Amino acid sequence: MLYMQVPAHVEYERATSVDHALALLSRPDTRVLAGGHSLIPMMKLRLAQPEMLVDINGLAELSSIKLDAGQLRIGALARHADLLDSALAGRHFPIFHDAERVVADPIVRLWGTVGGSLCQADPSEDLSAAFAATHATAVIRGQDGDREVPIREFHLGPYQTVIAQGELLAEVRVPVAGPAKGGSGSAYEKVARRVGDWSVAAAGAVLRLDGKPGGNTVIAQAGIGLTAVGAEHFVAAEAEEYLRGRAPDDESFAAAGRIAAEHCHPVADQRGPEDYKRHLVAELTARALRRAAGRAALAAGRAGRKK
Amino acid sequence: MTMRVAVTVNGTEYARDVEPRLLLIHFIRDELGLTGSHWGCDTSNCGSCVVWLDRKPVKACTVLAAMADGRIVRTVEDLERDGRLDPVQQGFVACHGLQCGFCTSGMMMTARWLLDRNPDPDEAEIREAISGQICRCTGYENIVRSVRWAAQNPGNPEHPAETL
Repeated sequence: MLYMQVPAHVEYERATSVDHALALLSRPDTRVLAGGHSLIPMMKLRLAQPEMLVDINGLAELSSIKLDAGQLRIGALARHADLLDSALAGRHFPIFHDAERVVADPIVRLWGTVGGSLCQADPSEDLSAAFAATHATAVIRGQDGDREVPIREFHLGPYQTVIAQGELLAEVRVPVAGPAKGGSGSAYEKVARRVGDWSVAAAGAVLRLDGKPGGNTVIAQAGIGLTAVGAEHFVAAEAEEYLRGRAPDDESFAAAGRIAAEHCHPVADQRGPEDYKRHLVAELTARALRRAAGRAALAAGRAGRKK
Repeated sequence: MTMRVAVTVNGTEYARDVEPRLLLIHFIRDELGLTGSHWGCDTSNCGSCVVWLDRKPVKACTVLAAMADGRIVRTVEDLERDGRLDPVQQGFVACHGLQCGFCTSGMMMTARWLLDRNPDPDEAEIREAISGQICRCTGYENIVRSVRWAAQNPGNPEHPAETL
């Protein structure tokens, strides 16, 4: 039978426990197989050619989404659809629902995993910027125990992460700040050429506002993540810094967008020229900030009514 | 090097010695001879190869047969039960939901899954559900009508899809 695209020869092992997976992963040229929706296409194209695949799909302990000790804990094996369906995640971080709605398509989202997206480290992948905006932490498990790496230090470059041979991304922890006086909110805005496609550019924003509901509020903390535009660690650090202490209004957001556009490094490709991508960064950053601020105001209103 | 892969497909257990790199769609079509599931773009874009794996649709060109070992697969051949077409199949007949038919098995497997979760989807929900699948004939209009038809004619309750 003549096949158009098949992976090269590869060994396959199914991990029966996390420890088993870690032992298998200590061998060289081994790759973790979760949803496989990035890895298998890469293997077909010989962009990845591991000696052995370690299938972790049976490790249910890595797939939960829960709130624990002030952190939203998302297992690396949680599927995109799990995060999209999680009311808990949506309540604390609507940015994840915004982003998951535009990751690939509904069938792919049933299988592709949150951890797989982060570990694939594709510059156009949506969750890296979303997690960067939320100041999340990656929990990496090795045979000697866990180590925690801020997600803003997790990616070393395109398709490269800090995960070493013999290690496995176990979960991502997102700090849930206590109730902010002015509320907190988040959002993700993406432009793609067609439904389900990779981003031309996208921006995620997380805002924590200080001040009285209805009165003067200021931005206590801003997190801004950028997708597909060469932002270092997917972060718009200069724009975040600019917003601290400013009023959460259109003027500030437009300025933050301009700063983000100035400091990122998009490259021209089949998705568009550089200046168009910078234009998108400015506009999408401002839109994500506006939406995050609107959600923060709603959250503050709800908290106010409860008193 | 081969490995033993045992999969329950449409209620029947099959075991085959295959290479770990074999894709599930080729296992289903070439090893088992179930050719209702189609092999299309090979890049998880078109959705012609959609089958169910452990009761969820999957693009079978993008999973290995090895990953299905010990699991349950359902293909389009299982939609018909006891000589009676699934309401989704009846809908595609009634509303002319296909022309060339290449995308049809994948479309119907996704539609069945959608209706099991959401028995009365509106047009937007149907279009969202099939948004990862490509039809080059119908412009999708008749596919959406076919799924709506199935929702309005749920048919044969003594054979719910969950009994596989």
